Amino acid sequence: MAKTFEEINAKIRQGQAVVVTAEEMVELSAEQGVKKAAKMVDVVTTGTFGPMCSSGAFINFGHSEPPIRMSEIYLNDVPASGGIAAVDTYIGATELSRGQGMAYGGAHVIQDLIEGKSVRLEARSVGTDCYPRKKIDTWVSKDDLNQAYLFNPRNAYQNYPAAANTTGQTIYTYMGRLLPECANVNYSTSGELSPLLKDPTLRTIGMGTRIFLGGTAGYVSWEGTQYKTVKEELPNGDVYHAGRTLAVAGNLKDMNSDYIRAAVFEGYGVTMYVGLGIPIPVLDEDLAAELGMSNEHLYTYISDYSAPGHPGLKRVSYAELRSGRVELNGKQVPAAALSSLSKAREIAGALKAWIGSGKFLLQEPIDRFPEEQAFKPLTEKEAR
Amino acid sequence: MEKSVKVFLLFPREQVDKPIAYHLVKDYDIVFNILHAEIRPNQRGQLTVKLTGTEDNLEKGLDFIRSQGVEVRLFPQSIIRDEVQCIHCGACTGICPTEALSMDTGTWLLEFDPDKCIVCEQCVTACPVGAIDVRIFE
Repeated sequence: MAKTFEEINAKIRQGQAVVVTAEEMVELSAEQGVKKAAKMVDVVTTGTFGPMCSSGAFINFGHSEPPIRMSEIYLNDVPASGGIAAVDTYIGATELSRGQGMAYGGAHVIQDLIEGKSVRLEARSVGTDCYPRKKIDTWVSKDDLNQAYLFNPRNAYQNYPAAANTTGQTIYTYMGRLLPECANVNYSTSGELSPLLKDPTLRTIGMGTRIFLGGTAGYVSWEGTQYKTVKEELPNGDVYHAGRTLAVAGNLKDMNSDYIRAAVFEGYGVTMYVGLGIPIPVLDEDLAAELGMSNEHLYTYISDYSAPGHPGLKRVSYAELRSGRVELNGKQVPAAALSSLSKAREIAGALKAWIGSGKFLLQEPIDRFPEEQAFKPLTEKEAR
Repeated sequence: MEKSVKVFLLFPREQVDKPIAYHLVKDYDIVFNILHAEIRPNQRGQLTVKLTGTEDNLEKGLDFIRSQGVEVRLFPQSIIRDEVQCIHCGACTGICPTEALSMDTGTWLLEFDPDKCIVCEQCVTACPVGAIDVRIFE
């Protein structure tokens, strides 16, 4: 009963496709069995809304008269790259403001632009024959910009370790505040709604996949940085997958700050919540089985964020984490999410509605990402 | 509208003889109710007071106290959550010591029970989107 992308797209165009969210698919598989669910459903939508530091935006300002080759650029006092051409820049989400430090950063600039606010642009240059101007100080909003698009080098982490702290002192991390002696656990994956946990070997997700990004349609644009493949077969027959990531792009001008939000993690700095959803076509029963996998069968490791290399302390299911309490060192400790499940549901629901309306077609990957790949550390070498 | 605020005032040794209460009453129309006092000649003074007046006068009165070199510490009354800013992640729930902040496990929206809140303010800085603040006035 294998289906193809073309067959499913034909159904979407006719408004005949059966589209469900990943949570609905879990329920349906439990009630009707995977075989029936595979036959009934054409597309399963996923969603996640979590802090994704490896994000940012490319911007082109257009030329002033006289023109300037901007080599030192600030947007609302946040440094942006001056290293690409004359009036192109890239602003990274985690870049901090010179004046406000951790209270305001690149993610806030991106959110302000999305919300249509004016952002102060200050730039300097040495001045050249072709670009004589040395200084500019003006205001820009998204309508003034030629291009403004998010290009996030590493989003949609397949799975992410939950974090705890074994030391005697509180530590402040990108996984939030971690209390001493493992007194709390923070995690940041939407579990059974999480895009890359539902197609764990990326059979249908690859270069060119059309996705939900920040409230609009975006695309998978490359393999994500630090992409690696981790697979562990567990004694009970379940499989733990982790490590895959995606680089994604989408038009900032069409985004909505309901789905892109600047955030500050105390003692760590600025990051950006990114709303991302991926539609997964139910090509066959094997894929349907993955799509129907519930939080009880999806796992992560609680890692010690106070120790080098973040060693794993314990494997837990997302069902355990979702219960709000996990057992760690013989104690029940609170488990809190940093990613928003209610937002993830909203995203999967929005994507379902887009596909249901017949306007959002599935894009078959133009290229597949590596089936096996390891992650290389940075080894320091002697200066030559 | 009249409001009240509970404050802890720390007088440096040189300032214990300042007629602060007189000015608060006369210049800012503030009712000054001493809840606890510890003042000795030539030593640091400590005063816990409840001030009642209009919000505008309370702000001005507190600025006046500060301008006299007296340290002002406010007792927050409760936390407030900005429902528009809140993204319902749950980061605050893990560090809330009394489970005043918790997730509804059906809707996965954040819930706040003011009766359980001890205003420890742990959540204020733990919130990644700055949606939680303390309310000073009662």
